[in-house]
Amino acid sequence: MLKLESCVIDNDGFRLAADWALAPGRLVAVIGPSGGGKTTLLEAVAGFVPLAEGRITWQGRDISAAAPDARPVAMLFQDGNLFPHLSVAQNAGLGLGPSLAHAGEAAVAEALARVGLDGFGGRKPAALSGGQRARVALARVLLQRRALLLLDEPFAALGPALRAEMLDMVAELARETGASLLMVSHDPGDAQRIADEVVVVSDGVAHAPRETGPLFADPPANLRAYLG
Amino acid sequence: MADRAQPVSGTPGLVAAFGVAAVILGTLLTVALRAEGGAGLFGPADWSALRFTLLQASLSALLSVGLAVPVARALARRRFRGRAALIGLMGAPFILPVIVGVLGLVTVFGRGGWISQILGQFGLPPLSIYGLHGVVLAHVFFNLPLATRLILQGWQEVPGERFRLAAQLGIEGWSMWRLIELPMLMRVVPGALAVVFALCLTSFAVALTLGGGPRATTIELAIYQAFTFDFDLGRAALLSLVQLVLTGVTAWVALRLGSGEGFGAGLDRAIRRWDGQGALRRGLDAGWIGLAALFLLLPLSAVVLAGLAGMIGLPGQVWRSAAISLAVAGASTVLVLIVALPMAIAAARGGRGRGGILARMVELSGLLGLAASPLVIGTGLFILMRPLTDPIAMALPVTALVNALMALPFALRILGPRARDVLAGEGRLGLSLGLTGGRFVRLVLWPRMRPQIGFAAGLTAALSMGDLGVIALFADPDTATLPLQIYRLMGAYRMESAAGAALLLLLLSLALFYIIDRGGRYHAEA
Repeated sequence: MLKLESCVIDNDGFRLAADWALAPGRLVAVIGPSGGGKTTLLEAVAGFVPLAEGRITWQGRDISAAAPDARPVAMLFQDGNLFPHLSVAQNAGLGLGPSLAHAGEAAVAEALARVGLDGFGGRKPAALSGGQRARVALARVLLQRRALLLLDEPFAALGPALRAEMLDMVAELARETGASLLMVSHDPGDAQRIADEVVVVSDGVAHAPRETGPLFADPPANLRAYLG
Repeated sequence: MADRAQPVSGTPGLVAAFGVAAVILGTLLTVALRAEGGAGLFGPADWSALRFTLLQASLSALLSVGLAVPVARALARRRFRGRAALIGLMGAPFILPVIVGVLGLVTVFGRGGWISQILGQFGLPPLSIYGLHGVVLAHVFFNLPLATRLILQGWQEVPGERFRLAAQLGIEGWSMWRLIELPMLMRVVPGALAVVFALCLTSFAVALTLGGGPRATTIELAIYQAFTFDFDLGRAALLSLVQLVLTGVTAWVALRLGSGEGFGAGLDRAIRRWDGQGALRRGLDAGWIGLAALFLLLPLSAVVLAGLAGMIGLPGQVWRSAAISLAVAGASTVLVLIVALPMAIAAARGGRGRGGILARMVELSGLLGLAASPLVIGTGLFILMRPLTDPIAMALPVTALVNALMALPFALRILGPRARDVLAGEGRLGLSLGLTGGRFVRLVLWPRMRPQIGFAAGLTAALSMGDLGVIALFADPDTATLPLQIYRLMGAYRMESAAGAALLLLLLSLALFYIIDRGGRYHAEA
């Protein structure tokens, strides 16, 4: 279980407070106004932004000071999820460890096949469509086998149908491996589509997660203001 | 305040920056301590050197930038075959060895040069290229293209929509000038003036070859003379101190005013404009472009034409000095890369907390090379080394070191923005996948920065290859770099050999730049 214990995150002067826990295996959407701190929240959990106060624990172990790759976390960013100078197989293979030697392993080919990119291993990202690039990143996440997936709107540039397909694939992967998911979204529809719970980030606070259904049925004031 | 996590450490860059600052500031301090004893010795000759330095730099800056405005304007609004090549050629004087340019100018504008010969046909007296006007002519030759590129950049940065809007509203001629072009020039011209002024302030090789004498000696040249003719270290140190204050102030002003760097890509893009279509305006623009191209191409062709004949029987010492120059250029290039790459990374890490302060310190130390004059550093090194070893024996390592320090600011300007982009774009991904430290450098930074590394290395190699500066302080008759060898041949009036050696130097410099720059871009992914 991931616990944010009286956390205050300081990202170049912008402060965000969070004090809650994420139950294992839950799919959680993070929504709120832009510039509200959704990305900052994920970056703190992933270890890119340090905590000013409080601590983050995983299964009771304090990971506040751990390096990003030493946390149980796999994260997909808004953009730049692949190294443009590396091949598809090399990019995916980095999920097994920080060496290009993994590119040739059978697991990499399996993961690529799993996301529908059989035979694409030798290509460079520039030769792929946006949807295919997202799949490569997903294949790498699959290989990383981390217990916590963080999605910072990696599919925002895709069309609605493709985005829905990708989200379904993420949800399927998460359920299959028992991983928890923390997913930033601008679209309440995305949240309602796959999320069990929702974290609303507004006014410098990341509020504790609440069940998706009841939350949207009776939104609190801050969520109502955002939904319009 | 804690900073964001980064995949690479800033410590190596900090160490490198500290080393650079130690050499530059250490030699300055040495010179300053030495100068104290001779504080009262700033005599009439020194005052006249100071006056001449300021006069020639002001004239050079005003003429270069003043002429660059109409040339850049013409280039900005005309499209013609060869336009891209001409603008590319305008980047060349930056890596053109000064001694080669000077030789070309002498061949065209000198007493026995092409123009004097034409004048002679009409019974007119020949031109003289020595003295103030020769120094200014050479400085304009080297800096008009740079100023043109800086100002052209200003024109390119005016959004195309603004010209479209102007065309729709019928804004032309004077109104166009007042509403769009003048405000842009007010922003760009001061920076260009300051850059050219700063470059001419420390100009040594031009003053050495075309100036001299009591009425045309720059401070940089006076340092050299105090050093080599009188061996008056105290006076050399005092002059160095004056030079340091001048260059420091000017570099500071130039950095505050300047925005572009003048050798960026994308300058060959023509702006779509709808004004200035009259025959007179077209003719004027064509005239400006033609004159600038001629002014640039004539001396270069003179070097090639005169050099081809001289290349045949080049004396063995020329080939020897060419080999020496290649070795010096290679050493400078390796040195710059070892220092500049970690410094670019450390500066790119940025941040608001402690890391940010360190990044700014690294950036600042990288800029020190702009304010320090090579002869001042050379003087300081000479004073420092004398108790330990024979400085003359160290001529080549010192030259390689000083050339590297001089090229460092340019290398950092090329590497810095790219390092920042790569860290910002791929730093998090690297961190999250455990690609950190040396792994991140090897697997991400190096392949992603290869084109910039090649460009910076090629530039350093060409600059070092063509430099005629600190080597003149140290060298004995047996060890000469190729530029120094050319200068000696000119001094001995062996003009044919000098021209042949100049062509060799030109070819070697261009080839070094081309090969290294290409090597960086070969198979590099965008």
